[in-house]
Amino acid sequence: MTVEAGVAHRFGPYGGQYVPETLMPALGELEAAWVAVGEDPGFQAELALLLRDYAGRPTPLYLAERLSEAAGREVWLKREDLMHTGSHKLNNALGQALLGRRMGKERIIAETGAGQHGVATATACALLGLECVVYMGEEDTRRQRPNVERMRLLGAEVRPVTVGARTLKEAVSEAIRDWVANVADTHYVIGSAVGPAPYPAMVRDLQRVIGDEARAQLLERAGALPDRVIACVGGGSNSIGTFTAFVGDPGVRLIGVEGAGEGLDGGRHGAPLTAGGRAGILHGSLSAVMQDDEGQITDAHSISAGLDYPGSGPEHAWLRDSGRAVYCAVHDDDAVAAFRRVTVLEGIVPALETAHALHHALAPDPGSSTRDLVCLSGRGDKDLAEVLARDA
Amino acid sequence: MRETAADAGPAAGEEPAQAAGRRAGAASGAGHERIAAAFAAAPGRAALMPYLMAGFPTREGARAIGRAYAEQGADLVELGLPFSDPLADGPVIHEAGTRALANGTTVADALALCEELAARMPVVVMGYLNLVLARGAEAFAATLVEAGASGLIVPDLPLEESDEVLGACDAAGLALVGLVAPTSSPERLRAIVQRARGFVYAVSVVGITGERTALAAHVGPLLERVKGCSPVPVALGFGISTPEQATAAAAAGAEGVIVASRLMREAGQAEDPGAAVGALVAGFRAALR
Ligand SMILES: Cc1ncc(COP(=O)(O)O)c(C=O)c1O
Repeated sequence: MTVEAGVAHRFGPYGGQYVPETLMPALGELEAAWVAVGEDPGFQAELALLLRDYAGRPTPLYLAERLSEAAGREVWLKREDLMHTGSHKLNNALGQALLGRRMGKERIIAETGAGQHGVATATACALLGLECVVYMGEEDTRRQRPNVERMRLLGAEVRPVTVGARTLKEAVSEAIRDWVANVADTHYVIGSAVGPAPYPAMVRDLQRVIGDEARAQLLERAGALPDRVIACVGGGSNSIGTFTAFVGDPGVRLIGVEGAGEGLDGGRHGAPLTAGGRAGILHGSLSAVMQDDEGQITDAHSISAGLDYPGSGPEHAWLRDSGRAVYCAVHDDDAVAAFRRVTVLEGIVPALETAHALHHALAPDPGSSTRDLVCLSGRGDKDLAEVLARDA
Repeated sequence: MRETAADAGPAAGEEPAQAAGRRAGAASGAGHERIAAAFAAAPGRAALMPYLMAGFPTREGARAIGRAYAEQGADLVELGLPFSDPLADGPVIHEAGTRALANGTTVADALALCEELAARMPVVVMGYLNLVLARGAEAFAATLVEAGASGLIVPDLPLEESDEVLGACDAAGLALVGLVAPTSSPERLRAIVQRARGFVYAVSVVGITGERTALAAHVGPLLERVKGCSPVPVALGFGISTPEQATAAAAAGAEGVIVASRLMREAGQAEDPGAAVGALVAGFRAALR
């Protein structure tokens, strides 16, 4: 498989490069390197081999029969939870770490919310012998403790971020500040389809393997396309990676599921695409963001650290506006219920992030889908303590 | 194409006489000219431009700091608008903004302070792009001009994205200050400088705001590169934290010196922020004579 080198700066009006001047040359360098490796068979072969033998691709497509029975339609799960490190995040981290090494950067930095991207990046750096620093909000180091320990075992330095709400937004900001100061020898491996160009397109192209595989697998197994493709949306990487293969299939509905937290009304949520409102600038691009009237970014809330983010990938904002995809949001309580239900029905413990998508797949569909494809973006071992504590 | 100021028309709701005056000012780039005059009239080797964060440590404290800057002979002042996610700022300015927001400081509060400061010296407002876009670039620029501001610095607005805001600022007579960094290539630097209004802000470090122990070696060559192609003066900022560094900056060719984190650190700790920060500014002033 060849990864396509995407360099789109704009998705409709969204995207762009809203960063301090210091970083602009680095973004140019990154874009040039990304385009170059797109045409480099050696790089592509190395990445493809690692994805197969090291990471475990292709991941299986699983017809979840008991879930299907409960939902009243076929539910096919794309098993990114079976990837090495337990989530889709490694697709992106491996590609970007390889790229960083190719660019001669000896130091890799990353942010992480749920810890899955941090673990994936720490893993890729261990494999490639690169120095790794991961920024993580202090609140998330508490919620996702096992992943903090995994990162440290892998040799990464985890830097807790203690400003603001101490979650993903602040972790991204700190990583960008580090990058501004160390841009000569450091590559910033951003963990989702967000940030200034070329990141959103690059992350999409590294994640689109999810949808490309799933589409081919489904056509082979079911002989047909799905009626709906459903994925959870934090920054939007597993979702854009799953959607991209189906964007050109007009009969396939694309549904992104955000975290509704405690509800959209009170503002305690992580659902900027669903909530709508004026677009804004966060972390280098124009997209759907949670903000007040003055333009201050507001704090997100979701039980799942990976969806606890007030921004969104710019391509999603455009897929929404252009009507090609729709976005909805699932409450904390419903996600926890789906987490438990899927675990007992299928013997699969999903990540809390993924549980949001699964809740939507299990809910009645007014459009009467007969076949759903759900991206099972990651496994939920990291979330056991959080879920058990909530039930206590 | 740049919009001409004559197309902009008077701001809605203004008294006719005032509006006419502004329009005349805008046509001649009033902000740009007031800044140029301040650089030209600076008594020392370089103009001194201290920074303050609106609403920090309190609204009253910020006003006292502004008065102290004027009394100690600041040539211009940089007024920061607190923002939730200041990507270009280190811990001191970030914390100042967080505290200002926590005590309820709004853009309107900052504009009231701007008006007060502008009576005594040119004000250059530093605000992140999302604050500009929230009001709309045109309305934001017009509001700033109404509050007496002469210039605007948007640290997360690089050249490539700046057309709309530059057009709005030009139309309003507000100088959109361009930023160059040590990492800017010669071509980029020239393009930025050509579009700069008022002055060019040379970022002295590869990094975010915050105190540094010494001026970096690349500062001299950077200033030289800017001055080689700039029609407007160049001011150096980010990291200048002692009078000695200010002297060194001027010796390296800076026509203006911007001091921020050192002053805001003091403001956050002092019992009488106006007096304490004023004393520091006096030191910088003396160093630049
Ligand atoms: C398993 C899993 N799914 C989904 C997400 C959300 O991120 P994205 O929207 O980029 O896929 C995360 C983020 O941490 C995650 O760990």
